[in-house]
Amino acid sequence: MDRDKSMPAAGNYMRLQFPSRSENESLARVAVAAFAAQLDPTLEQLTELKTAVSEAVTNAIIHGYEDGEGEVRISCSLHEGAIEIVVEDDGRGIEDIDLARQPMYTSRPDLERSGMGLTIMESFVDELAIDSAPGRGTRVRMRKHIAPVMAQ
Amino acid sequence: MAIESSVLDGVLVVRMRGDLDHHAVERIRDEIERELRATGYRALVLSFRDIDFMDSSGLGLILGRYRSVTQHGGRLALCEVGEPLRRLFELSGILKIVSVYESEEAAIRAVKEA
Repeated sequence: MDRDKSMPAAGNYMRLQFPSRSENESLARVAVAAFAAQLDPTLEQLTELKTAVSEAVTNAIIHGYEDGEGEVRISCSLHEGAIEIVVEDDGRGIEDIDLARQPMYTSRPDLERSGMGLTIMESFVDELAIDSAPGRGTRVRMRKHIAPVMAQ
Repeated sequence: MAIESSVLDGVLVVRMRGDLDHHAVERIRDEIERELRATGYRALVLSFRDIDFMDSSGLGLILGRYRSVTQHGGRLALCEVGEPLRRLFELSGILKIVSVYESEEAAIRAVKEA
């Protein structure tokens, strides 16, 4: 079905919450990709979005909750051709965000983590903001521009 | 996620299928290690032909196998890495330590010629 391109999808939103189990990682990225489809993304943009979401959700599960159980919440909203995604957990939080952002740094070498998650998120979305404090959980906000600006 | 492995001329070839994320990696890592042990960690080829999605967990899996194979004096090669995965490989710098081949045959040849 043809989407009416003169009607921006701005204002639409979606929320998802689930327990921090690894089998929900695929659910999270597929749900976000399906929601983002309203902006007519290219396959490459969709892959980037799915990868960034997968990294954020995996971080919540293995770092936030350290493989224990908690809740992961995702909210997505559309803004003038861009999608904003917030991934939140109530886990242990990040002590040193600058250190966590270093490529190849991982706090879990025991799990064979590559330490590339945040680097990948940074390069696959246009904006990445991380809000975290020890013991208070982590909130990751990502924004990615999808649709070309429409000619007036 | 499913894997299918075979041993060709002493080379362990592992074909992975589906989404290579944290959930999948946790399940297949031990399986690959078991097969490596059985074949003496001589040579490993990981095929990405049927991988639809991969994130940094997949990079962790490759780096982990690189470590265990090279520690035993063996070799690792990757093959059939599709376009969507390319950027992840390039971004990670993993190509500086592991070679990627167009075909499984070429990857097998490369690890055998060590």
